[in-house]
Amino acid sequence: MTTSSFEYFAPTTLGEAQTLLSQYGGDAKIVAGGHSLIPTMKIRLAEPKYLIDLGRISELSYIREQEGGIAIGAMTTYYQIESSSTVRSRYLALAEASGEVADMQVRNKGTIGGSLAHADPAADLPAVILALEGQISLASSGGQRTLVADDFLVDTFSTALGDDEIIAEIRIPALPANTGGSYKKFGNKASHFAIVGVSAIVTMSGGTCQRVRIGITGAGPRAVRGRSAEAVLEGKEPTGSNLAQASEQAAQGIDFLGDIHASEEYRAHLTRVFTRRALEEAISRAR
Amino acid sequence: MPGKVHVQSNINGEDTDFLCEPRQSLLEVLRDVLSLTGTKEGCNDGNCGACTVIMDGRIVDSCCVLGVEAQGKQLTTIEGIASADGLHPIQQAFLENASLQCGICTPGFIVAVKALLDREPKPTEQRVRHWLAGNLCRCTGYDKIVRAVLDASEKIQASPR
Repeated sequence: MTTSSFEYFAPTTLGEAQTLLSQYGGDAKIVAGGHSLIPTMKIRLAEPKYLIDLGRISELSYIREQEGGIAIGAMTTYYQIESSSTVRSRYLALAEASGEVADMQVRNKGTIGGSLAHADPAADLPAVILALEGQISLASSGGQRTLVADDFLVDTFSTALGDDEIIAEIRIPALPANTGGSYKKFGNKASHFAIVGVSAIVTMSGGTCQRVRIGITGAGPRAVRGRSAEAVLEGKEPTGSNLAQASEQAAQGIDFLGDIHASEEYRAHLTRVFTRRALEEAISRAR
Repeated sequence: MPGKVHVQSNINGEDTDFLCEPRQSLLEVLRDVLSLTGTKEGCNDGNCGACTVIMDGRIVDSCCVLGVEAQGKQLTTIEGIASADGLHPIQQAFLENASLQCGICTPGFIVAVKALLDREPKPTEQRVRHWLAGNLCRCTGYDKIVRAVLDASEKIQASPR
């Protein structure tokens, strides 16, 4: 199991990486932490002629407060996110989800930008980034554009990223006061990929759920927002029956995957159960 | 066909130069170029942790790291754990607790434990299990391994090197 041959570049600035990418375009692949792409290349599902490694671009690795929210450089690792006091204090669900990705070895190398670019349908972070309404900033030699995560994720292993674009930054907007977040997953026992993972971000006002955002991963071909479940709960009190109704709704409209790990029916069941758990935890944290 | 690349890194305290193809993993370089065969190949896709090494203070799966990525990095492999005086207390604890059978996973476990105890000398059992979630053992199971880690932690506390 060895990759095809390729030429390797390790630029030290984003500008240098953009120049290389505009030169080699579709024949090139960007590698971040490498824990998805390198195994994919070993089984020859990807055979780039040129590999552009972002690992030496220190300007892409940061977590900073920005416009009331935070900005995370694309090359920031899961470990850096899970151990960041800024993320932990302001976006606990994101820190917890990062701490549940795979295992320590993977979290030391794997990056938030790499996770999004790879768009694995069972990756953890997309669920939380969707629920937080994160924005993905893409850089190319032609300029920058920013997409909300929902528009960035297209399908299984497929995103809106152009051949000449690199994910530069992930922006997480400010949350209203009295907001709590959660990420709950049923993980595969060996790989720890989400069989189903659900993130809920809930803002409480008095006794009602004022604003509800739900992100679901692992269930279908791509991570999705649980919009109809959100609509059920918004403006309502989190009573048992309202939570049950919202959780029931979370499974609507998803084209569930079925495989050796879990059937379509089981994933639908897990989606309802884990939506309920994520909502309950988010609400308890919002109070 | 791209040629070989000259890489300089520090492996187990020694400045080391090597040549490798960009497509060779760090695991292949360690084993096939540098003859450091203590690091084992298990799954070769980042699941099992048998190939764990410490790179700049953090554990990584060397099968998913390219050899060329080691440029300028500090690496510790299983060959760098014991001292000239003898086994490291972690290795001794693995022996005394019978924490291995076939031994393929053992170097990866010991390297991962070294990184843990260097950072957190007195981990709880839960912390040990969480830290070692990326190292799979198919024969001994985990209990004896976890016991060895807790034992090694105590031994190191009692007689720091």
